[in-house]
Amino acid sequence: MGRKLLTEHINVEGIQTFDVYRKHGGYASVEKALKTMTPEAIVEEVKASGLRGRGGAGFPTGMKWSFLAKPEGKPRYLVCNADESEPGTFKDRYLMEKLPHLLIEGMITSSFALGCRTSYIYIRGELMYVLRILEKAIAEAYANGFLGENILGSGYSLDLHVHPGGGAYICGEETALLESLEGKRGNPRNKPPFPAVWGLYGCPTVVNNVESIATVPWIVNNTAAEYAKIGVGRSTGTKLISAGGNINKPGVYEIEMGITVEEFIYSDEYCGGIWKGRDMKAVIAGGSSVPILPKDLILKTANGEDRLMTYESLSDGGFATGTMLGSGGFFVMDDQACIVRHTWTLARFYHHESCGQCSPCREGTGWMEKVLHRIEHGHGHMHDIDLLVSVAKQIEGNTICPLGDAAAWPVAAAVRHFREEFEWHVKHPEAATAPGAVFTKAESVIA
Amino acid sequence: MDQTVNKKEVQFSEAAMAEIRRYLSHYPADRQKSAILPILHIAQAEFGGWVSPEVMDKVAEILNIQPIEVYEVATFYTMFNLKPVGHHVLEVCRTGPCMLRGSDQLIEHLEHRLGCKVGETSADGHFTLKTVECLASCGTGPMLQVREQFYENLDATSADQMLEDLKASTVRKPWEENY
Repeated sequence: MGRKLLTEHINVEGIQTFDVYRKHGGYASVEKALKTMTPEAIVEEVKASGLRGRGGAGFPTGMKWSFLAKPEGKPRYLVCNADESEPGTFKDRYLMEKLPHLLIEGMITSSFALGCRTSYIYIRGELMYVLRILEKAIAEAYANGFLGENILGSGYSLDLHVHPGGGAYICGEETALLESLEGKRGNPRNKPPFPAVWGLYGCPTVVNNVESIATVPWIVNNTAAEYAKIGVGRSTGTKLISAGGNINKPGVYEIEMGITVEEFIYSDEYCGGIWKGRDMKAVIAGGSSVPILPKDLILKTANGEDRLMTYESLSDGGFATGTMLGSGGFFVMDDQACIVRHTWTLARFYHHESCGQCSPCREGTGWMEKVLHRIEHGHGHMHDIDLLVSVAKQIEGNTICPLGDAAAWPVAAAVRHFREEFEWHVKHPEAATAPGAVFTKAESVIA
Repeated sequence: MDQTVNKKEVQFSEAAMAEIRRYLSHYPADRQKSAILPILHIAQAEFGGWVSPEVMDKVAEILNIQPIEVYEVATFYTMFNLKPVGHHVLEVCRTGPCMLRGSDQLIEHLEHRLGCKVGETSADGHFTLKTVECLASCGTGPMLQVREQFYENLDATSADQMLEDLKASTVRKPWEENY
């Protein structure tokens, strides 16, 4: 059993309430931080812990905090990014639903470290029932003196609010999130200036993912050195992985960084193997935007080493033979899954969610969806496959925000690793569109 | 169904206005426009599940901004219905992970049971069927959302039961007692 830093008490009855959470050591980091530490010391602890942003990009959290500008006379803001919308990823929803006080505790300790007097949790509008859970927990924190004026007599005051989004994946991008929080369309901003200088209402702002903020209490309570002991290399600590797709035990698992991918998929402690006794065809390891990998490459790197659940090992080989840990949205496809159909649904998602601000993304995502639709529905041409790669290349790197890359990578990777499956669809339109039709290697030999 | 709202009739209940004032208090005095999304959610729940131009005008009036500022936000975010909808809106997730676990078949089943296609409302006015992109429920697909409720791991039998339960239920508003 791996160590559980975030989810140790997740199954305790009543842990969603302040009293039970407090009995299990809850809010200790707030007491320690406010009574015995300076804000600067907390920032240094988070830096030394090696914690990397758990929203997907993996940027060092402490370093992000240290960039925060501190001009005189301007408020600073901490905004929690709870706009979890990446297909395959559902860990933040689980964490907020089961342990709302953990996020609130993290928000208080982090806000103190950053010198914020008002903080927001921006939660995706579809998770309105989670918003109600958080609001109830926040009210309890106010009632017990952990929010509001003069917290625990320390002289530090903080207001914390939950803000619902309106159903737009793009608002998970930090500058789009800030635009949305200001009451506008969620169009990403040009960077620089970065939010650390020009964020919410033009003030210095840190935007952090739910899991990142929820990790801060453990680091403050147990020290950065203890946190950094867990994991491998620059992938320190634990990571929540949301596992889905064709596996026996879908769910959210807290893993110690560094277990093998094979152990994660096949051991009973985690995914429990592939459902219905089938074989595995492919895995998307870090949310829909990261490159898909076929079975052989997800289990072993190109050098034949065991692939580990770490930032570095999963990205080993670059995009030619590797992928990314991303947000930890891990979904597995069995040998009966159709890669073409799956890629089409992802392209449709990104087309639907493009904000439309940049032409390569607005037009390119729609173009990829159309081409994939016709291949999937038996009207594709062989040159369509290269067209997909060409469009993906022209989107990648040519947009204000990373949504363009996120749309291009899965399509390019699907063609890179499963080209013969696309060709089979084009060559055998009737067979490929028949109900339950699935490409296998044997059929490519027949063709 | 309260689906024909003209400008004179747009009046939030006192309970809804209290909820609106609560949200307004979360933002700096000169940044009240921040409350636009929360208020649109309240408006949609208050006026039959959709936001008409008249309702959006009322939101602009509350926020003291131009109506166009509300229109451009309401049309950007997919959660806001700009046309009348049925008593219950079924939002089926159809993105990759749910597709792998049978969302295509679920949608087909619901279309058959309701006698309407995606985007349409059943003849009895009870249900509008919509598809959505990813609801962060990838481990429990296929699933759908009705207002604030998730229905997960659905199959034909449990989906049919859900329809029956919903038909018999009353739509309540989040700020009402015993919600």
